[in-house]
Amino acid sequence: MKGITRHSGKAVLMLTDNINTDQIIPSREMKSVSKVGLADGLFANLRYLDASTGGRTPDPQFVLNKPTAKGASILIAKSNFGCGSSREHAVWALHEYGFRIIIATSYGSIFFDNCINNGILPIVLDQGTIARLTDAVNADTELVVDLQHCHLSAEHLKIKFNLNEDKRQMLLEGSNAIDLTLKHKQAIDQFLVHDKTARPWVYDLSAANSNNPTTKLHHPTCQESQS
Amino acid sequence: MTATTLFDKLLQSHQIKQFDDGSSLVLIDRVMLHERTGALALANLVADKRSIVEPAAVFCTIDHIADTSPGRPMQTRMPGGEVFIEAMRKQTTDLGLTLFDIDDPRQGIVHVIAPELGIAQPGITLVCPDSHTCTLGGLGALAWGIGSTDCEHALATKTLRVKALKQLRINLSGTQPPWLTAKDIILHLIATHSASRAVGHVIEFCGPVIESMEIEQRLTLCNMGVEMGAFTALIAPDQKTVDYVLGRPYAPANNTNEATQHWLGLATDDGAKFDSEIDMDVSALAPAVTWGTSPEHAVGIDEAIPAPIKANGDSDPTRLAALAYMDVAAGQKLTDLAIDTAYIGSCTNARLSDLRRAALILKNNKVASGVKAICVPGSTQVKTQAEAEGLDQVFMEAGFEWNESGCAMCFYAGGDSFGDQERVISSTNRNFEGRQGPGSKTHLASPETVALSAINGTISDLRLHFSNVG
Ligand code: SF4
Repeated sequence: MKGITRHSGKAVLMLTDNINTDQIIPSREMKSVSKVGLADGLFANLRYLDASTGGRTPDPQFVLNKPTAKGASILIAKSNFGCGSSREHAVWALHEYGFRIIIATSYGSIFFDNCINNGILPIVLDQGTIARLTDAVNADTELVVDLQHCHLSAEHLKIKFNLNEDKRQMLLEGSNAIDLTLKHKQAIDQFLVHDKTARPWVYDLSAANSNNPTTKLHHPTCQESQS
Repeated sequence: MTATTLFDKLLQSHQIKQFDDGSSLVLIDRVMLHERTGALALANLVADKRSIVEPAAVFCTIDHIADTSPGRPMQTRMPGGEVFIEAMRKQTTDLGLTLFDIDDPRQGIVHVIAPELGIAQPGITLVCPDSHTCTLGGLGALAWGIGSTDCEHALATKTLRVKALKQLRINLSGTQPPWLTAKDIILHLIATHSASRAVGHVIEFCGPVIESMEIEQRLTLCNMGVEMGAFTALIAPDQKTVDYVLGRPYAPANNTNEATQHWLGLATDDGAKFDSEIDMDVSALAPAVTWGTSPEHAVGIDEAIPAPIKANGDSDPTRLAALAYMDVAAGQKLTDLAIDTAYIGSCTNARLSDLRRAALILKNNKVASGVKAICVPGSTQVKTQAEAEGLDQVFMEAGFEWNESGCAMCFYAGGDSFGDQERVISSTNRNFEGRQGPGSKTHLASPETVALSAINGTISDLRLHFSNVG
């Protein structure tokens, strides 16, 4: 994964609350067991007039279809962006389309982590700051995001933002979270040794696996809980 | 010793390391996968040449796009969906993972079978690349939804990084009227406090209403924690939980006394501090139904649809769009709306107790003419048990389709959908635009409200039914 240190680009505005991952990429657009080939389905139901029948006729009203949105790499939204389904396809589709930075007042929690894992920087700003930003940007404004110093600038505006230090490092270096965690392998193994004596029942999976599943399926409390 | 919360105890018992920023590296006890996102996590893992630390602790099912028509084949009706199912079959075989395939008696919606099979247990950590994994908090498990990359991380390291979270306690008091279900309660909570109220939080539900609530209702309540924005939701395990869990196929068979002791010790200590609290008295709540396109667009069934105005008096474009999409008007009553379809299914409300309660309403009644009504049991086991009790007959005699288990029409991907722009009353958890098909207008409600609305052909007030039958 490529790191992000400094990014400049044009922004598009999608100023509604609760834009969910079903909207970012409809389930129907996730057609293969793959992270790629998703950009075409990004915001499909909003972007295409005939998406429901698999069509690709652009809806001229939709922000990404406006000529001025061409090449935009920054998306500005409002609260709870990326809520809903855990589908990482939402982030893959945004990334493949070209988005590198998202700005919102809050995010769906799974979506936020998915962004960090895939080299998209999710910036949190308060409502007032977003309003100032959206007032300042127009179709041609270049926004400059500096992750080294955690600020973004547009025209005469300069805005600070905060990001957890580890997440910032991950994005800066484009590092892989699994490799980072495996540096703690020794601590994990030690914990496991201890835990197996502390909670032995959690590790006792052999019994159930070897039994005939069908005989043990019905459970007495199912009958009792009739209300 | 300082008083600690249920969440603190769950976290501490799994915490391998804490980092300077307050995040923790936590041990993951169980991973569940379904074909729609799990197949991809496994494919990425294999492509990255990583291996699974504890394959026996990984459980897979085919639920999301499985065909749910009666006597179904081993495939999907979703165009192009076969690749997900085939990939799941191949990878689970190659990697030696437990798979509950379409024809397995243990098959079902991932969050329905996890408790049913005893895979979800109090005191464990469990993750699944699916946002409604929070359901399992109803048993006192720390369970949350993740993306595919984090899933690969959990498989390859048996750990995940969990950021520092805030804690929100929701205390439910009062007397729960017989028509009031966990679904109504959570819809009221989300409508009152918004779909983003719990972002960055773990919710703990507690109070007298929780203590007397059946386990399956607790699962329904926690299922929709994510619709309030929460990282996950929790309910402290009690004796009811212990009785529910023990004896199930993957529940502990040895050391059960120790396990029970551990589970019952997880409850929040008196005096433990939360970042914020919500108190709700449920005594006077009406059955809840959504009118719009977010779970926060819910009202009591006798209330009018609110005006699309923000607290500060400005017009609210999101709500305006929702009104237009749903073809409803502010001031209108939901009970005036005719429905095209009624759907009982999903990980929210398709467990055996849900079907039993809906059947009580359907018994000796008929679905209104012109209304299509569908029941999709939450798991194959739920279906089998319901049939053993004759519930299938009640549903079918009333005019419901009685289908095989799966996610099916909860979301538009199983190859089925409701007709274009149909109005659906649904026991599911999401009423997003197009969630149940192109233009689908979904009204979320309890399975009882769905059943009664199917009979009347209009969205109906369950209280009238209860007063009629006495
Ligand atoms: S039933 Fe619906 S909400 Fe639940 S896991 Fe399946 S698709 Fe998701």
